[in-house]
Amino acid sequence: MSIEAAAPRRLTPAAYFICLKGICWREGLRFLHQRERFISALVRPLVWLFIFAAGFRQVLGVSIIPPYDTYVLYDVYITPGLMAMIQLFNGMQSSLSMVYDREMGNMRVLLLSPFPRSFLLFGKLIAGTLVSVLQVYAYLVIAWFWDIQPPPLGYLTVLPALILVGLMLGALGMLLSSLIKQLENFSGIMNFVIFPMFFASSALYPLWRVQEGSPALYYVCQINPFTHAVELIRFALYGQMNWLAFAVTAGCAFVFMSAAILAYDPSRGLMALRGAPGAGA
Amino acid sequence: MSEAIPALELRHVSHHYGARQALDDVSFDVAPGSFCVLLGLNGAGKSTLFSLITRLFALQKGEIRLLGLDLTRHPGAALAELGVVFQSRTLDLDLSVAQNFYYHAALHGIGRKEADERTSELLKAVGLADRAKDKVRNLSGGQMRRVEIARALLHRPRLLVLDEPTVGLDIGARADILLLVRGLIAREGMSVLWATHLTDEIEPGDSVVVLHKGKLRAEGKVTDLLAKTGLADMRSAFVALIAETETRGAA
Repeated sequence: MSIEAAAPRRLTPAAYFICLKGICWREGLRFLHQRERFISALVRPLVWLFIFAAGFRQVLGVSIIPPYDTYVLYDVYITPGLMAMIQLFNGMQSSLSMVYDREMGNMRVLLLSPFPRSFLLFGKLIAGTLVSVLQVYAYLVIAWFWDIQPPPLGYLTVLPALILVGLMLGALGMLLSSLIKQLENFSGIMNFVIFPMFFASSALYPLWRVQEGSPALYYVCQINPFTHAVELIRFALYGQMNWLAFAVTAGCAFVFMSAAILAYDPSRGLMALRGAPGAGA
Repeated sequence: MSEAIPALELRHVSHHYGARQALDDVSFDVAPGSFCVLLGLNGAGKSTLFSLITRLFALQKGEIRLLGLDLTRHPGAALAELGVVFQSRTLDLDLSVAQNFYYHAALHGIGRKEADERTSELLKAVGLADRAKDKVRNLSGGQMRRVEIARALLHRPRLLVLDEPTVGLDIGARADILLLVRGLIAREGMSVLWATHLTDEIEPGDSVVVLHKGKLRAEGKVTDLLAKTGLADMRSAFVALIAETETRGAA
């Protein structure tokens, strides 16, 4: 038997598509198999909506601010924030699953693919984003029965915003996953990423109210990309465009994604510096 | 006739984690169609070598070529020729055996129809044709290993590398896996790099590469190594070869 030098196999656009489809398909299957994850992803925002918002409805008045053209109830106000929260949790959870994957070796299987590594990581991001978008729509269906009824067209116009926000938060999670050394419990990410991002944003209260209370916090909220993600969703849900929010969200998505791809690049990344599980042997 | 190109070539490969040298100037070839055993104790640098060959780590020093393709310059083309079985389990436990195969096929740009054919063909070859629809979680350790080996062959690689594939298996399953892999190479006509610390997995016709504390200690056919050490079996030869390094190091 003779072996000649391998001619590089060609990766056609069709092959790229098959690869992307496969990554999304697996992510979807895994999600279906983790029913608890879906239920808790749905229950979390509903608890905020049914209990927290109901309680605060009497306390907090929301004046007319764009994109709303009338007084809105507090639960209507926090809905975009809760939608972004679903995506925030999903992004961090899939980042955690990447740490877990890497320990289990699944990440190694992904990185053995002959496709460019940036494409593989991007595919993983798209897959996670699609899962988060499904969760958001499931939430919107239930919220509709709770009398949170944005204009019908809003359900369509919010889709691109959800995709962009999903990519940004997923990329942030991916970047964090490359920095996390071991499978740690979720509380570290909760305390240091999710809670600060969520509370120091416009998700729960309009920023003008924050400014009245604490100008310093107002500036923190302003530079928090999560605020802009929430506002992008809020405006898109009412068929409007918030260009500043779009620019910040898109810019952050790009920066986080590039950093995550660099972090997973074997020649520049942190993995080589740090060594992988079992590799010290 | 052109000279056959080695399935795997390592040239002066060194690697260190911080100050610790894990591999020191390692060079060897895996000849086409051969079964090459990478023999070393735990900590010899076998896993580091695997991380370099599979491109998990960047090459710090030296060159690695797969089927003549430079791993740093043509990573995609080189990886397409490579099948890998890692020491740790890398299957999705919640998915079925066939779903794991489809995912792997997609990662190599192979469509569903071809993946389907190849999956049933390979599962038959490893004696698990009736388990395609079962969840991986329900398989035994030995069966999972066979599934992983079959999966590694899905995209028709020409080099298969296995990192201590028999770790954690009982004697029966170990023998099965060895027999299976040897049979598969003959059938699919490919080359194998098999890492282990167990000398009883070596057969007389194999090539052996002895790695100790990050250094290449010996390389050659089993008969060459026995002749070199003047010993009757590989176990004593291995012990002698690594002991020699110790004394040299101390001198």
